[in-house]
Amino acid sequence: MKYAGLLVMPAGFFLTIAALVLFPDPARRALFVICGLAVEGLGLVVAVRGHMLRRGASRP
Amino acid sequence: MNPIAPIPSAPVPPMGEGVFALVFALLLLAPLAIAGVALINNGLGRSRSAAQALLGNLAIIAIGAIVFALVGATLTGSLPGSSGSAGFSFSAAGKSWNWLGAGSFLLHGLGSAAPQMQLELLFEFLSVAMAVLLPWGSGADRFRLAAGCASAVILSAFVFPLVAHWIWAGGWLASLGVNFSLGSGFLDFGGAATVHALGGLSALAVVWIAGPRRAKFPKEGLSTAMPGHNAAYVLFGCMLALVGWLAWNAAGAILWLHAPLTALPGTAINTLLSASAAIVATLVLTRVRFGKPDASLCANGWLAGLVASSACAAIVTPGESILVGGLAGIFTPLLVEVLELALSIDDPSGAITVHGAAALWGLFAAGLFASQPGQLLAQLVGIAALLGVILPLVYLLFALLNRVVPFRVDPDGERMGMDLHELGGGAYPEFVIHRDESYR
Repeated sequence: MKYAGLLVMPAGFFLTIAALVLFPDPARRALFVICGLAVEGLGLVVAVRGHMLRRGASRP
Repeated sequence: MNPIAPIPSAPVPPMGEGVFALVFALLLLAPLAIAGVALINNGLGRSRSAAQALLGNLAIIAIGAIVFALVGATLTGSLPGSSGSAGFSFSAAGKSWNWLGAGSFLLHGLGSAAPQMQLELLFEFLSVAMAVLLPWGSGADRFRLAAGCASAVILSAFVFPLVAHWIWAGGWLASLGVNFSLGSGFLDFGGAATVHALGGLSALAVVWIAGPRRAKFPKEGLSTAMPGHNAAYVLFGCMLALVGWLAWNAAGAILWLHAPLTALPGTAINTLLSASAAIVATLVLTRVRFGKPDASLCANGWLAGLVASSACAAIVTPGESILVGGLAGIFTPLLVEVLELALSIDDPSGAITVHGAAALWGLFAAGLFASQPGQLLAQLVGIAALLGVILPLVYLLFALLNRVVPFRVDPDGERMGMDLHELGGGAYPEFVIHRDESYR
């Protein structure tokens, strides 16, 4: 689960880069950059959740 | 006092001898920031690991500097290579994306390089020393010395040069202003991204891989409190760090923003105001929440204010600086608590919050308060690169490294303490070492 989260994060980054290239309009560009950051945030949440589940299973 | 408004792709005037001497003197003071952070990290760790922690600081800085000279400086591209190449780049959507430097090998031509380039290189050496140090504090009490040194090799050989090239050596983040009309491109004059965000995210990777200290999170009940062993070290480290930070931010403003000398007092005042607002906010918050101010959290708040100032002290007004620092001081103790109690992340030095989160907040604030249109978007793209590329990359590299050089000490070593296990002697040989109740 942690690795899945860490894989989602670069996807968010590529969304950000795509926004720069595809949208010359500042408003749309900003919206898609924020969407990219939101995807990265989602990936981070999944990775942290994966860490918590693993820790919960291995607690002494 | 007017904040500096950098102009995209403006020609850089040649550096005069007086300015060269001033920046060089500032860079000789900047290591006090590293000393301060090392002292803070040491005080926040346990007494039975104090000598190993401080020796580790020195070893990691030394290895980081040597590896950066051998490999990292070439990939950063600070000194032009023999072919005069600007680095590795590719073209996409009609724009050039410069992603890796190709500078001179083994610092060849350093003596004959332009004064500005020589100082930039010195700044990068200090930055790499600070960046490789930060994960060491988070892994305190269980991170093996050999693994700490190996992680410094990876960071200084490849990861730091990648980020530093993107931001400081004409890479794609620095060119966002020219290529996409996003303000002046990604701004990071004091190393908030290259040093602190990178160090904080690396600290998260180390903590994830090494795991928490033994008995930190028992199966039942809340996490075990493991307070630092010397609050005096921690608080004195904060004062030491202030001196280094004032010099660091002033030198960075001249080198990366080409600020006039008249802008330096304002940068220094903003640095001080950011840290001051942060510690006052943390002090009030911990007083309200716990009944008494918490010394270690206040130190974390102070440092978070300094880190946030690394991104924006030369760009914002004093009022904005107080706001940036104050918010850093409010979220720092809250995030430290959330990481430990809710997310089971054991970070003794608080580097993930203090360096990682505060740096990202400072970078965002630099865009928020900048006068140029598009600057906020440039800062957001830079933050996206740090979170979306650098964190997964560092985690992957560290996870592979962990298979070769295990990060975590064996349980016996953790029980004895890192000093006895790794060095054969403690930092305080005349003290009685108390038995740890959690091992009964």
